[in-house]
Amino acid sequence: MRLDDLIKSPGEWLQGSGPQSPIVISSRCRLARNLSDFPFSHWADESQRAAVAEGITLAAHGVGQLADALEVDLDAIEELDRLLLVERHLISPEQADGPGGRRVIIGEREMLSLMVNEEDHLRIQCLTSGFAVTDVWRLANTLDDELGATLDFAYSSEWGYLTACPTNVGTGMRASAMLHLPALVMSRQINKVIQAIGKLGLVARGLFGEGTQPSGNFFQISNQITLGQSEDAVIGGLESVVRQIVGHEKTAREMLLRQKQAQTEDRVFRAAGLLRHARIISSQETIDLLSDLRLGVDLGLIEDVSPAAVNELFILTQPAHLQKLCGKPLEPAERDIRRADIIRQRLADGR
Amino acid sequence: MPTVCRRERRSRLMELCQVCGKNPATVHYTEIENNQMTEMHLCEECARKQGGALKAPFTWQELLAGLADLDLAPKAPPDTDEKCSQCGMTYSQFRERARLGCPHCYQSFHAGLEQLLGRIHGSTHHTGKVPSLPAGEVDDRRGELRRLRSDLARAVEEEAFEEAARLRDRIRQLQAEEAQK
Repeated sequence: MRLDDLIKSPGEWLQGSGPQSPIVISSRCRLARNLSDFPFSHWADESQRAAVAEGITLAAHGVGQLADALEVDLDAIEELDRLLLVERHLISPEQADGPGGRRVIIGEREMLSLMVNEEDHLRIQCLTSGFAVTDVWRLANTLDDELGATLDFAYSSEWGYLTACPTNVGTGMRASAMLHLPALVMSRQINKVIQAIGKLGLVARGLFGEGTQPSGNFFQISNQITLGQSEDAVIGGLESVVRQIVGHEKTAREMLLRQKQAQTEDRVFRAAGLLRHARIISSQETIDLLSDLRLGVDLGLIEDVSPAAVNELFILTQPAHLQKLCGKPLEPAERDIRRADIIRQRLADGR
Repeated sequence: MPTVCRRERRSRLMELCQVCGKNPATVHYTEIENNQMTEMHLCEECARKQGGALKAPFTWQELLAGLADLDLAPKAPPDTDEKCSQCGMTYSQFRERARLGCPHCYQSFHAGLEQLLGRIHGSTHHTGKVPSLPAGEVDDRRGELRRLRSDLARAVEEEAFEEAARLRDRIRQLQAEEAQK
């Protein structure tokens, strides 16, 4: 597999399948680990970072699940390619801008990935579509066991896995579910939800994780606490909270259809009309409209577009994907035109 | 501290600025504060005036720096700035960056960190995963792999590439044997 092949299809997490997939887009678990003999990446020098990268890459070679993995030296690729990886959630925005020794090792269907020399030496990530937080935790945990058999991870019995930032120390685990909650936003109940989850040690973030804003009615719900709670307890808590939010969103959707049918249909079909006919469209407008379209697909109002096709548009219309699809760098104004072209084409193709 | 996002949307014709109530609102903010999300609709001019308050997205670093300051003022007076014996990071450098220098820093700054961790997580004891291979029970091949890996890391660091290549071959060989088990 090569980097350029990635763009041919969306990753596993955008398949639009899996449990509760109309509302839970994807589930993710990442584990932060560091090698005990080295300074953390930001404090290490070039040669130490290179040694960390080398050690982790070799350990990954010994892991069966990563047999056909794609290894990418982030220092050696173009900025546009790094942005592409950020848009696919395979590296973080901070890693894309970070210092040398950065690598990412990407497993089959992009479900498993290892970020090397991010904030921590190693971040093990497992990402899949639908509501499967327990599964992603188990997969990440197995991979951690295999890597930990030959890598000496920094660990103390008092404080658990030691991380560069004290906010991750302990389990080093951040588990999350990406939710699409248009009905809770439209019915103005989303504030209550965000407030309530804050009291439970969980937090709502935007599409691209820490530091990003909720947009297109997408909310990433993740745990905040990593010390003093076991992984299973955190996963269990997250699972039950997400299940409740999904329940509220379903109720809100039914209410929309029952009490505000004309307004809901109007919103959905306006979005569909704009997406099918616009000639210039910004990335933010696209996300907002695709969110409305997706709601229409989920409610059965739009029948000739599949959930997977909408999901695919979310990723293909992002700036780096768009430029890779067109095969050249584009100015923002030109991008808005090409974005509209691609959306029209894909929606005309149906499914 | 609020997280703020500015986005300019399709113009909504009938909406007026929430501040002056005169000009059409063309700038729309979403703000999350105390886990509460609010939207603001302003005209260009009022948005510019509010710019200072609305611009800066808050970061973990700022929050942590604040927490560390708050807690540690009495414990770590500025003239006795502790230093990690392993990596040389000082406590005030940690406060600035909100990131520690190396795993050993957790021992070097134990007292200060204990308070800080209590504030962040509401706990100071790990109750999660324990690495599955405790030191005494590591079987020979895995133990050797571990040793070889740290030797390799050292060789790469010292740019002793011949040595590194030799170690790498040995690691590959052991890994292949491991895989066949």
